[in-house]
Amino acid sequence: MSTTALRVSRVRGRGAGLGLLAWLLGIAFFLPIAWMALTSFHSEQDAATNPPSFAAALTLDGYREFFGAGGGASPWPALINSTVASVASTLLVLLLAFPAAYALSINRVRKWTDVLFFFLSTKMLPAVAALLPIYLFAKNAGMLDNIWLLVILYTSMNLPIAVWMMQSFLAEIPVAVIEAARVDGARLPTILARIVAPISLPGIAATALICFIFSWNELLFARVLTGVVAETAPVFLTGFITSQGLFLAKVCAASLVISLPVLAAGFAAQDKLVQGLSLGAVK
Amino acid sequence: MTATTTAPLAAPETRTPVRRPSARLRAWATRAPLLPALIFMIVVTQLPFVATLVISFFDWNSLYPDARHFTGLDNYHEVLTDADLRQSVWTTVLLTVAVVLASLVLGLLLALLLDRRFRGRGIVRTLLIAPFLVVPVAAALLWKHVLYNPEYGLFNGLLHYVGGPQPDWISNTPLLAVEASLVWQWTPFMMLILLAGLQSRDHQQIEAARVDGASDWQIFVHLTLPHLRRYLELGALLGSIYIVQNFDAVFTITSGGLGTANLPYTVYQSFYQAHENGLASAAGVLVVIGSIVIATFALRVVSSLFREEMSGA
Repeated sequence: MSTTALRVSRVRGRGAGLGLLAWLLGIAFFLPIAWMALTSFHSEQDAATNPPSFAAALTLDGYREFFGAGGGASPWPALINSTVASVASTLLVLLLAFPAAYALSINRVRKWTDVLFFFLSTKMLPAVAALLPIYLFAKNAGMLDNIWLLVILYTSMNLPIAVWMMQSFLAEIPVAVIEAARVDGARLPTILARIVAPISLPGIAATALICFIFSWNELLFARVLTGVVAETAPVFLTGFITSQGLFLAKVCAASLVISLPVLAAGFAAQDKLVQGLSLGAVK
Repeated sequence: MTATTTAPLAAPETRTPVRRPSARLRAWATRAPLLPALIFMIVVTQLPFVATLVISFFDWNSLYPDARHFTGLDNYHEVLTDADLRQSVWTTVLLTVAVVLASLVLGLLLALLLDRRFRGRGIVRTLLIAPFLVVPVAAALLWKHVLYNPEYGLFNGLLHYVGGPQPDWISNTPLLAVEASLVWQWTPFMMLILLAGLQSRDHQQIEAARVDGASDWQIFVHLTLPHLRRYLELGALLGSIYIVQNFDAVFTITSGGLGTANLPYTVYQSFYQAHENGLASAAGVLVVIGSIVIATFALRVVSSLFREEMSGA
C-alpha cells in the first residue's frame, strides 16, 4: 500500500470515527426526550421503578389521565387559550411587521438602520422589569385573567424578531425587479401581490412559526397575569411542579402533548430557525 | 408581464401628477407603513419601563396602598444592601456565565462535528435541535421529575446498573441541576449559530492553506476560529440576554429555593408574594441596567455582522 493510500484510509477511518461520535452525541441529547416519550406510554407503576423498566407494557393511561379521565382538571381550556394567544398574536405581528419591514427594506425611510436597531433594543430589555406596571395597569383596567392582554404582550415580544426577519427577507428581493414593474406601470398592490409576496412567502411562513413558538412557550407573563379563565398551557404545566404521588407518566404525557406544536413548528421552520433566533443577524 | 413590456416609457408620463406632492408629504407616505409597528412598540414596551422607574422611587406595598410615599433612592439602597438580593445578583451572574460558556463549548464541538459529511447528518442535526423545541416548563419538569428524582429518576436508574451512588441531584447541587437543564436546552441554539458560521467560511482559502501544507489544527486556530469569533460573540451575547432573563427553569426545578433564586425570580417573588412594588421596581431597574451593558455589546456585534452582510450583498 502506498503512503498516500494509507493516509487516505487513515483520514477516512478518522472521518467515520467522528461521524460515530456525532451520532452518539445526537442520541445522548435526544435521550431525555425519547425517555419522556417512552415513560408517557407506561403505567404509573412501571414509570416509577429503579432500575428503570425499559420493556414494560405500553398503555395510554398517562394520556387519559392528562386529558382529565381520572377527575383532574381538563387541559383543554389551557390548550385553547394558548392557541388563541399564539395564533392571534402571530397574526397581529405579521400585520404590523410586514408594512414596517417594507418601509425598512424596499421603500426605505431615512435612518432605517436606526429604526431597526430600536426594534432590536426593545428585545434586549428584560421583560421582568416591565411586569409590575403591566400588572398594575391590567388590574386597574380590568384586564387581568384576559387572554387578549397576553395577545398584546406577545405581539410586542415578537414584533422586533418579525421586523428583523422580514426586513432581511424583503431586502433579498432585487430592487431592479420592483423598479421594472413600477416603470411598467404596476401599482403598489400589484407589486406586493405579484412580486413581493411570492418571493417572501417562505420567509413570512418561517417568521410566523418562530413567533408562534415564542408565544406558546411564554410562562412569566401568563403566570402573573392570568388565573383560572385565561390560563395557558405552560401555566397548566406548573401544576406539576410539586410531586403528587405516582404521576410520572401523566407528567410526561402532558409535557409531550404541550410541546408537540412547538416541535412541529420548529422542525417546519428548521432552515430559518437560526435567522429568527439571531434576529436576522445570521443567515 | 408580457403585455406591460410594450409600453415602458408611456406609463410614467401618464402617471406624473399635475401638482407634485411636496417632499414632506412623500416622506410621510414612506414612513406611514412603519408607524403602526413603531407606535405599538413604544407604547407597549417603553411606557412600562418609565412606570417602573417612577415606582422604584416609592415605598409602596400593595397590601398597604395608603402608606405609599416617595422615598427617593431608598429602594435602591435597600436592594443593594439586602443580602438575599445581592445573592440573587451573584446567582444570576453564575447561572448565566456557566450556562453560556458550557453550551458554547458543547455547541462548538457539535457544530464542528456536523460541519463534516457523514451518513445520517440530517437526522443527527434534527435529534440535536429537539431539546430546544421542548416547551421550557416541560423541559424543566422533565429534568426535575423524570431525570433527577432520587428514587426513580433516569439518572439514578442508570447509575444503579453500574452500582454507582444514588445522589439527590437537586438537593446536593441545586444550581448545577438548573444549569445542566439549561445547557441541554441552549446547546442546540449555539450549535445552529456556529454551524451557520462554519458554513459561511471561505472554502477556497482553506483549500489553499491545506495545499500549502497547513495541518487541520493550524487551519482551525488560524482560519476557522478567527472567522468564528463574531459568531461566538453573537451566540454568547444572545444566550446571555435570554438566560439572564430565565424564569421558567428556576421557578420549576427549585422554585427559587436552595440559593438558586436569580434576579427575574426575585423580582417576581417580591411583588407577587411579598407585594413590595417599590422594591420590585428598583430590582427591575437594576436588571435593566445590567441588561443594557450586555445589550450595548450585543448590538455592536449584531450591527457589525449586519453591515458586513449589507456590503457583501
